[in-house]
Amino acid sequence: MVMPTVFFLILRRLRNPLILLVCVYAIAVLGLTLIPGVDDQGRPWRMDFFHAFYFVSFTGSTIGFGEIPYPFTDEQRFWVLVCIYISVVAWLYAIGTALAMVQDPAFRYAVTHNSFARNVRRIVEPFFLVCGYGDTGHLLVRGLVARGLRSVVLDHNQDRINNLKLANLDIFVPGLLADAADPANLITAGLQHRRCVGVVALTNNDNVNLKIAITSKLLNPDLRVICRSEIHDVGINMESFGTDEIVNPFDLFADRLAMALHSPASYIIHQWLTSAPGSPLQEPLFPPRGQWVLCGYGRFGKVVQQYLSFEGVDATIIEADPVKTNAPDDAVLGRGTEAVTLRQAGIEQAVGVVAGTDDDANNLSIIMTGKELNPDLFTVGRQNKQENQAIFEAAELNLVMERSDIIARSVITLITNPLLAEFLRAIDTEDDENVVNVLASRISGLVGQNVPDTWTVETTKAASPALAIQLFQGATVTVKQIMVDPSDRDHSLPCIPLLLKHAGERQLLPDEETTLAHGDQILFCGHHTAARRMTTTVVNHNTLAYVTGHQPVDGLLGWLRSKSAAATKT
Amino acid sequence: MNLEKVIFAFFITLALTLNFGFFIGEIDNPAHHHTYELFAAIIVSVIATIMKFGDRSQLGAVLLAASLVADLQLIAAALLWGAAVNTLDGGLSASTMASIVSLSGGALLANFVSVILLVIETVMSRR
Repeated sequence: MVMPTVFFLILRRLRNPLILLVCVYAIAVLGLTLIPGVDDQGRPWRMDFFHAFYFVSFTGSTIGFGEIPYPFTDEQRFWVLVCIYISVVAWLYAIGTALAMVQDPAFRYAVTHNSFARNVRRIVEPFFLVCGYGDTGHLLVRGLVARGLRSVVLDHNQDRINNLKLANLDIFVPGLLADAADPANLITAGLQHRRCVGVVALTNNDNVNLKIAITSKLLNPDLRVICRSEIHDVGINMESFGTDEIVNPFDLFADRLAMALHSPASYIIHQWLTSAPGSPLQEPLFPPRGQWVLCGYGRFGKVVQQYLSFEGVDATIIEADPVKTNAPDDAVLGRGTEAVTLRQAGIEQAVGVVAGTDDDANNLSIIMTGKELNPDLFTVGRQNKQENQAIFEAAELNLVMERSDIIARSVITLITNPLLAEFLRAIDTEDDENVVNVLASRISGLVGQNVPDTWTVETTKAASPALAIQLFQGATVTVKQIMVDPSDRDHSLPCIPLLLKHAGERQLLPDEETTLAHGDQILFCGHHTAARRMTTTVVNHNTLAYVTGHQPVDGLLGWLRSKSAAATKT
Repeated sequence: MNLEKVIFAFFITLALTLNFGFFIGEIDNPAHHHTYELFAAIIVSVIATIMKFGDRSQLGAVLLAASLVADLQLIAAALLWGAAVNTLDGGLSASTMASIVSLSGGALLANFVSVILLVIETVMSRR
């Protein structure tokens, strides 16, 4: 409602200057027609309205063609003198008012608001509404763009909206400076737009996120809502009214770090499958077992320690304020940036160090000092701010944990590929380390240097019509058969079936001989060309017939057959 | 009493009365229709239009539309007059005068609608 009010106000403000301008012109024209003059022959002559208006028009706009059509008498010149001054003043007043209005912050905001609303209305592809464009929001939007997905951003900080405008993204992402807790702003940003598929609340205020979640669930219950929440109580509250996913940055972050330490293979699978397809593949890491040094026992450090002790890894804690953080008795007092404290914590005998304070400069200092004392140390650093990317890269740590990156990856997976999120959860809870290790080496052998694509095949009529009809007719189709290369059936496509979901039951790394049933979902990862070819197989009747060797069903005949099959079945 | 309303009603009514004054008389007789009267009608009509800017109500929108119609007709009449006197051979003929006056007659109707709407608004606001 901001918009129309401002425009009406502006029209109102223009009233006075315009009325003044009309009056000045009317007086000037009237005067010119009333004052007697002489023509070129010296006969008495009076200006008509046409000539008077013509003269005032070019005089008022300071063009000044001269005394037209005949030279003026002194009486006329006297009047023209008056006309010139009053018309110039009237114009200055009108233009000044107009310029002041254009610079009015309310007016400018109304203009940006309006163009944002128009941009959102015109979106025809599915899009996500991202509230909060901090480090995480930025990475999330970037990740969505890399996957060819559209998004709309709301943030209450002008600098962040400026960052979005300067981000140079390949896909246009409309952004508005507005409070996301206000439902009107959410609606402007497309909450009720028919192509809006999800809302991600990433602001650093839990209550704002809560408000966004409630608003979204009430105004558009079908939307997927993903919320960031740092406080467990608020998280539980969000869950109570059906928020689809709640992301706790601290839990998630510590969980990933622990995973990186205890199961490098599942960590690397996580990293690979959640990176943008086509980006370079990260090298796997092998953190050593033994004594560790953990610097910082804050909210983050506590969770890390919990996970580490659960994994049976011993860690000596260094903490500057052990009373406030409630550190254990054997904790070493200090920041960890000094050689003395690190030595005291036994850095020379330790195999690794985790610099987990909330200050990036301190973390880097801990790592550098630690490396000097013990060059073989495995270094893990917590990066708090995205802007410090360059120095963390230069410090050559074994592992950099960046909170916003981890959250953004997790959220992207949740919203773009829920089946992949399920698969990653299943990998986390996989007890057999061997299975995960084998999978990691299979994936790296599959695609070489770049991150593989992940895609889902659904055996429903809408997603894969050819496959659905074959299954409906009672044919047996195995996972292996749809993995056949449609241009040469003696070869398989370079891909791995990761997860098969049948009637709500998950099967991790399904056997390739598994037969498919209607309604199954299969998650694959592999080369991007494999994704395309597999789509041809499941969509095209003849291609499917070629790879399976079954009777081809196509067009009208196939439709009739399926109809008659349906009739006999019922 | 609201001074703004007084000025507003004054200009709308004045636009109608001036327009009527110009319109009345034999339709093709230039002696019955004075150029200054047309000039005054145009100026007042334009001012009345500007005064209607920025009114958010439905009635305000209709008033603005009616006023714009009146402006358009009157300005067309003035242009025709100016063209007849200055550019056409033979000056102001009876048929041209009839066209000018009939254009102003159209504007009169639009101004009349404005006044009627104003009266309706006033009556409704009494409740």
